[in-house]
Amino acid sequence: MLAVLDYGAGNLRSVTRALAHVGCDFEVTSDPAATADARGVILPGVGAAADTMAGLGSRGLLEPVKEYVSSGRPYLGICMGLQILFERSEEDDGTPCLNLYDGAIRRFSDGLHVPHMGWNQVHQNREVPILQGVPQDANFYFVHSYFAPTDNRRVVGATTGYGVEFLSVLHDGNIFGTQFHPEKSGAPGLRIYANFASLCGEAVKGGI
Amino acid sequence: MLTRRIIPCLDVKDGRNMRGVKFSADKDAGDPVELADYYNRTGADELVFYDITASAERRGIMRRVLEEVASQVFIPLTVGGGLRNTDDMFEMLRAGADKVSLNTAAVDHPNLISEGAERFGSQCIVLSIDALRVPDSSPARWEVWTHGGRRNTGKDMLEWSQLGVELGAGEIVMNSIDADGTRDGYDLELLHTVTNAVSVPVVASGGAGNLEHFYEAFSEGGAHAVLAASIFHYKDFTIGQAKAYLDEKGIPMRTDYE
Repeated sequence: MLAVLDYGAGNLRSVTRALAHVGCDFEVTSDPAATADARGVILPGVGAAADTMAGLGSRGLLEPVKEYVSSGRPYLGICMGLQILFERSEEDDGTPCLNLYDGAIRRFSDGLHVPHMGWNQVHQNREVPILQGVPQDANFYFVHSYFAPTDNRRVVGATTGYGVEFLSVLHDGNIFGTQFHPEKSGAPGLRIYANFASLCGEAVKGGI
Repeated sequence: MLTRRIIPCLDVKDGRNMRGVKFSADKDAGDPVELADYYNRTGADELVFYDITASAERRGIMRRVLEEVASQVFIPLTVGGGLRNTDDMFEMLRAGADKVSLNTAAVDHPNLISEGAERFGSQCIVLSIDALRVPDSSPARWEVWTHGGRRNTGKDMLEWSQLGVELGAGEIVMNSIDADGTRDGYDLELLHTVTNAVSVPVVASGGAGNLEHFYEAFSEGGAHAVLAASIFHYKDFTIGQAKAYLDEKGIPMRTDYE
């Protein structure tokens, strides 16, 4: 069973619709204990860093998520679910995050139209299990105003360019994060959910 | 590189898709769920559903359309038409929309933009503006009209666009009333004016009649996306043909959708 954490994120149902489509078992939960026996955890996210941290905090999910990710079991963070793994975000005058990785989430520079909204290429820097079967430089759907750094090359699974080269897929062992929204990225996006479910040992019974 | 988007617009009336010509819906172009699936398979980058149902049942009908589409089409969906408050928006987002498009209601109550952005995030809030050129204005000016282009608000298009972004709109759809339904091309001066003045992405709407018009909206108008209805509904061109044409002319397109 995959646990999809419900902390009030607006795109929760888009994520569960995609999981239902690929046909894997999942439960939507805001129970802090659920992370203990989940085979995999998905943290959806959209919106602001402070809201995400507050949403997790008010449900007592901050420590369980941090412990779960540190345990090395499969984790997939979408958009904010990736960003909050870093030290802090510059959003909302500075928001402390989970601090599992060094570095700050920064805003795109003023000369660009923000949010970075639309389909952009994801350049794979190495083999990433959740990107198996996804062609190099495939397009995925992004919508975000802040981005994660690529300084820590050890965790850079894929990058994307928008004025700057930013982290579009984080990969550190069983820990994954995508800055784009796989649930809104057509077939390549569904492929990511199917790959993640397989990696967690879940049967995938649906289509892409 | 960020690709430019092609967004078919489906006018939904009583659960059916209608084509829009100068704001008068007349001819039925089929089942919106089927059409959405077709557009998704043929390369649409997003879909917009515009609710032109007049009855009190309107949101229930649109909700069912969205739920059905969202369970099988995994690209961004926007819904507009008749959304009056953040609860209306929530209902649509929950049914499967990723963004809500505000027009008349936002003009009447600009705080609706900030309330929506506060509750759901700016990325959810699209400000749709119907602009009509002020005759003989130099430099050119446009005024904002509402109620499907029937009422002049007297508001300046550029000031309203900028205020909308300040209040939290994450994207602007700029619809030219002059060009809408003419198939003579987008109002490029209007697009150029707004894309240079706001920091958020701008979607061009109204006037597409051929593929060159899309090219101009991107290259001269600076649009980030183009919205089009009848050009695709009646299969004058497929989205794939449009993308191949634009890609050839150097506009970055998502062509790996198959």
